[in-house]
Amino acid sequence: MGGPDGMQGRVAVQGLVKRFGPVNAVDHVSLEVSSGEFLALLGPSGSGKTTILMAIAGFEYPDEGRILIGGEEVTWAPPNRRNLGMVFQRYTLFPHMSVLENIAFPLKMRGVGRAEREERARAALATVRLGQMGGRKPAQLSGGQQQRVAIARAIVYRPRVLLMDEPLSALDKNLREEMQIEIKHLQREIGITVIFVTHDQTEALTMADRVAVLDHGRLQQLGAPRELYEAPETVFVAGFVGETNFCEGRLARPAARGEAVMVALDGGGTMPAIAAQALPAGGRIKVALRPERLRVLPADGEGGTARVTEAIYAGNATTLMLEGQGGQRLRARVPAGAGLHEPRPGEAVRLSWQPADARAFPA
Amino acid sequence: MALNAAAYAVTVFLLLPTLIIAPMSVGPERLLSFPPKGFSLRWYAAYFEDRDWLRATLFSAEAGLISAVCATVIGTMLALALVRGRLPGKGLIELLVIGPVIVPHIALAVAMFLVFEQLRLTGTLLGFAMAHTVLALPFVVFTLLAALYRFDVELERAALSCGAGPLRAFRHVTLPLIAPGLVSAALFAFIISFDEAVVSFFISDLDRKTLPRKMFEDIDFNISPTLAAVATMLTALTILALLLGFGLKRGLERRARAAGTAAEAGP
Ligand SMILES: Nc1ncnc2c1ncn2[C@@H]1O[C@H](COP(=O)(O)OP(=O)(O)OP(=O)(O)O)[C@@H](O)[C@H]1O
Ligand SMILES: [Mg+2]
Repeated sequence: MGGPDGMQGRVAVQGLVKRFGPVNAVDHVSLEVSSGEFLALLGPSGSGKTTILMAIAGFEYPDEGRILIGGEEVTWAPPNRRNLGMVFQRYTLFPHMSVLENIAFPLKMRGVGRAEREERARAALATVRLGQMGGRKPAQLSGGQQQRVAIARAIVYRPRVLLMDEPLSALDKNLREEMQIEIKHLQREIGITVIFVTHDQTEALTMADRVAVLDHGRLQQLGAPRELYEAPETVFVAGFVGETNFCEGRLARPAARGEAVMVALDGGGTMPAIAAQALPAGGRIKVALRPERLRVLPADGEGGTARVTEAIYAGNATTLMLEGQGGQRLRARVPAGAGLHEPRPGEAVRLSWQPADARAFPA
Repeated sequence: MALNAAAYAVTVFLLLPTLIIAPMSVGPERLLSFPPKGFSLRWYAAYFEDRDWLRATLFSAEAGLISAVCATVIGTMLALALVRGRLPGKGLIELLVIGPVIVPHIALAVAMFLVFEQLRLTGTLLGFAMAHTVLALPFVVFTLLAALYRFDVELERAALSCGAGPLRAFRHVTLPLIAPGLVSAALFAFIISFDEAVVSFFISDLDRKTLPRKMFEDIDFNISPTLAAVATMLTALTILALLLGFGLKRGLERRARAAGTAAEAGP
């Protein structure tokens, strides 16, 4: 593979389109992953995550667009010529081979001699902390162990890019979190580019350097976890990543992206916000506001703007269910121990927020 | 319970003639009789001393081996194409494969006879191999379809992602996992050819004939207990092969289940 060393792990997807009959499984998706980066593909079921990964891996050929790995076009190359590591959702160890034989298999396919094969397979097995298990058959391992072996098999030939399709979704919660950390460490240690499919947003936010959010085959946003959470660019991202209040209303005049606006809420009242996208005049607007960015203040006798309907205590924070004057339902989160006002159910309160935290989208 | 008893009764009734032939084959007399008046293996010896019987057996074995190999190879490729391929007209191909099972053997036999006559294929090993391959093909395809449907395609993808080309993925991953099905299909094909009487009857000639055809002739010309001895050995061979095939199938299922638990096993 050509290119200087720092480029070999680069992956570029350009204008990718894949149709299955009338369904646009992937709809003009472009993204670039730099060498050694951890990219998560995040989206609900059926959003096209697997299809994108399969196009990169070579198991699906696109209807339009190109795939480049290490600067070299591989759009039509067969999977076995792409030198990628791949870990599947289901455990796909070869049941008739021992664990060690499984890991040595890619080396055998590359013509590596028996002694070196064994040595490198053992080293890879040690990397995933299963040193003693080499002689077992896959059926004799637990799910987590099998997935570790699958990872060892995918990195033993030192590919520059590792593709993973929901590799942890079959594991229980504790093991999943443990494996998330382990995979992250491994990735840093060997400096491999990882493209990781998941529909679990926590997994995506905690593991990835950048996250690509997909919906209906379209790329909604590509950015660092913090950008996605704090500055979602579409209504979908605002609603899909993290918890959000949506308030609906209208805008009197058009606004450019990033401009401060006053939204006339449906139930009466106005709401200061900033335009997350260019907004047309008179169009319907949805304003997204995170529960923890909503400040709940005592009414101070001057008449509250909302009423508390429920208070749910959860130790580190209390979630308040609120009803606005216009009947809007909102949630607010009050962290514990910060000396903040914690109103009781039925109490009238005043709400406040930084306009920059309220992001207005065309509905 | 009653149903079970009835099923056993029917089975025994159907098997009875086959079971009677075995004691008849060890009777010492020159004429077939039941129950046998004594015990002797002279008719078995007679079989092994008769060059005609041995030639017919050898010919049957050759035809059986060749058609088993051909039917297994062609059938495997067909089954793979049907399961994996995106070929148009799959339904038609399936229908063609099932054909020999549905069409009456006698019709098939006449048709083959007419064609083989023209091509001078009657009484040739090639002719028998071809005819029997066609007859065995549906059974091979069905056995392999079952094995392939049970096989997890994702394993092949995993092999490709490991850098194996399609052929090597097949050889190192698919083949070992469907091997029991393959062997049992081959055994089945061999037995179908070895036992086949109707088509063989038509496409044999005077000095190139299969064992079943030779048995037919013996019934016509000289009913001797040798015939009973041959029939007994043929039955034993068939049962043995079927048991072997069944055992291998069980092995396949156990393997598939092992792979299945591997996929399901929790942490
Ligand atoms: N082989 C196929 N044939 C027909 N439609 C397909 C095929 N593969 C995927 N699709 C369709 O393409 C769309 C995207 O599927 P894809 O598997 O990429 O989604 P996903 O994001 O991976 O979802 P999940 O989280 O459920 O795995 C879906 O509507 C799906 O039904
Ligand atoms: Mg998927």
